[in-house]
Amino acid sequence: MPSTVTETHVITTSGLTKVYRSRGREVTALDGVDLHVREGEVYGVIGQSGAGKSSLIRCVNLLERPTSGTVTVAGQDLTALAGRGPRAGRELRQARSRIGMVFQHFNLLSSRTVQDNVELPLEILGTSGKERSRKALELLDLVGLADKAKAYPAQLSGGQKQRVGIARALAGDPKVLLSDEATSALDPETTRSILQLLRDLNRQLGLTVLLITHEMDVVKQICDSAALMDDGRIVESGTVSELLATPGSELASALFPVGGEATGDERTVLDITFHGESATQPVISQLSRTYNIDISILGAAIDTVGGLQVGRMRIELPGRYEDNVVPIGFLREQGLQIDVVNREQPALVKEGAK
Amino acid sequence: MTWTQMQPLLEQACIETLIMVGWSTLIAVAGGLPLGVLLVLTDRGGLLQNTLVSKVIGQIVNIGRSMPFIILMVALTSFTRWVTGTSIGSEAAIVPLAISGIPFFARLVETAVREVDHGLVEAVQSMGGNTWTIVRKVLVPEALPSLIASTTTTVIALIGYSAMAGAVGGGGLGDFAVRYGYQRFDSELMWITVAILAVVISVIQFAGDFAARSLHRRGGRSGPSPRLRLLRAKEPAGADVGKVA
Repeated sequence: MPSTVTETHVITTSGLTKVYRSRGREVTALDGVDLHVREGEVYGVIGQSGAGKSSLIRCVNLLERPTSGTVTVAGQDLTALAGRGPRAGRELRQARSRIGMVFQHFNLLSSRTVQDNVELPLEILGTSGKERSRKALELLDLVGLADKAKAYPAQLSGGQKQRVGIARALAGDPKVLLSDEATSALDPETTRSILQLLRDLNRQLGLTVLLITHEMDVVKQICDSAALMDDGRIVESGTVSELLATPGSELASALFPVGGEATGDERTVLDITFHGESATQPVISQLSRTYNIDISILGAAIDTVGGLQVGRMRIELPGRYEDNVVPIGFLREQGLQIDVVNREQPALVKEGAK
Repeated sequence: MTWTQMQPLLEQACIETLIMVGWSTLIAVAGGLPLGVLLVLTDRGGLLQNTLVSKVIGQIVNIGRSMPFIILMVALTSFTRWVTGTSIGSEAAIVPLAISGIPFFARLVETAVREVDHGLVEAVQSMGGNTWTIVRKVLVPEALPSLIASTTTTVIALIGYSAMAGAVGGGGLGDFAVRYGYQRFDSELMWITVAILAVVISVIQFAGDFAARSLHRRGGRSGPSPRLRLLRAKEPAGADVGKVA
């Protein structure tokens, strides 16, 4: 299915800051975060625990009130609706009902059946009983749980619970889905199936998904764009191929890790980053034939992202860097990004292709 | 005293206890439930955080809880008269029983409601639910098994308190045991009354536990009963794998 990404920004945060005050101490969870999520994309925010991801996603629907900065979702400035005090006013609650949210621990009501859980947001919206049950069953069918409508959450597996959580989040026909570590409590197999479901919904419904995670695999599997968070700031952000094109990008090297040490002295180790058109060219064999050199591949991580091959490869050429200037130039001419891995010449490591 | 003499008196005492405890429990639940919920909501970090209201309610509940029932009953005499028009008899005893039951139940409600996972509150907030929706659709239904257990505890406590209702001529089983059994040295009668009380309390506790457990089982946190588990173990191993995760 084709990507539904447009250039319109559906979630924008600017200068988002959140400071927690407790017992006289101040903890800055968000430190001026600017986030731009395009309509129809899956945007992943990755970072370690304590990096501020959770605060960020909770600020987007104002479950947490930012200390300063603005949040705009679908053209509506939510921070302006917030009103004063901890309670959410009617307008903010209406805006929230148009933003779906799924949680790490599913947060399903154990006292309600699966169907009643999915109906809950519709009850809040004031939908009639008949319409509620029609919609709930339709959504359960969409997430593949039509036969579990009358079950209680406790009778479901983790993956099934999260499917119910997703169906529930979609009940209000949201344009935007926030996913708070939705797969972190699941095993790898289930994680893949839930991510696949999110991806399908993204494509089928044109749903914009903002997810936070600490697992690089999640970003790798479904994200069109990603941001790396550290200590309350966004360190890097962009589409996956933009990130790959950024020399020295931490996210790119984490997404496509390549390892391998030089096999001896008098060797040149290169990291090649493929993205866009260049990935389809058989550059390595061209290089080998053109310059008649033997190339060993030390490590590689190649994946198909958005229909294009992207990835990184670490190769080794015989001879010192000075001997290989011409082949390296050849590779750069092919539009590849080359990083020379050489401790003696650290200045060259971050040299980019463009 | 022979059984034929005893029987009508015992029946009368049972009815009196039923009336006193029944009504006071109803009032205690009706008053204690909102109070307990309010204690949670107004507490620090609560949805309706309000230090003043929280402190005031907390203090009232504490005073109500710490007052010995017999003293409360005497202290409330004029209030009781204002409410029921009399300060003696079963009806008059309902007033102090209910008033001591409210803070008792409120504290139990507070504990039960606090147990509800905050994630559920957050989920309903994210759907655009207001505080009232959260109370109605999350806090109370999710705490229901605990609330039923709390009601059982309250009923039993009120049966205990009602023994003191004799002081205002309230009658009831406890008072009967004191007057006929203890003060007239009729130990046989006293033991019969004690046995009746023990049976009544056991039945109430059993019924309460059963109700709480059946709700809980629906929620499934306590899992299937041992017998069901044995049956399930015979299913093919693969059938249960998903449920563990």
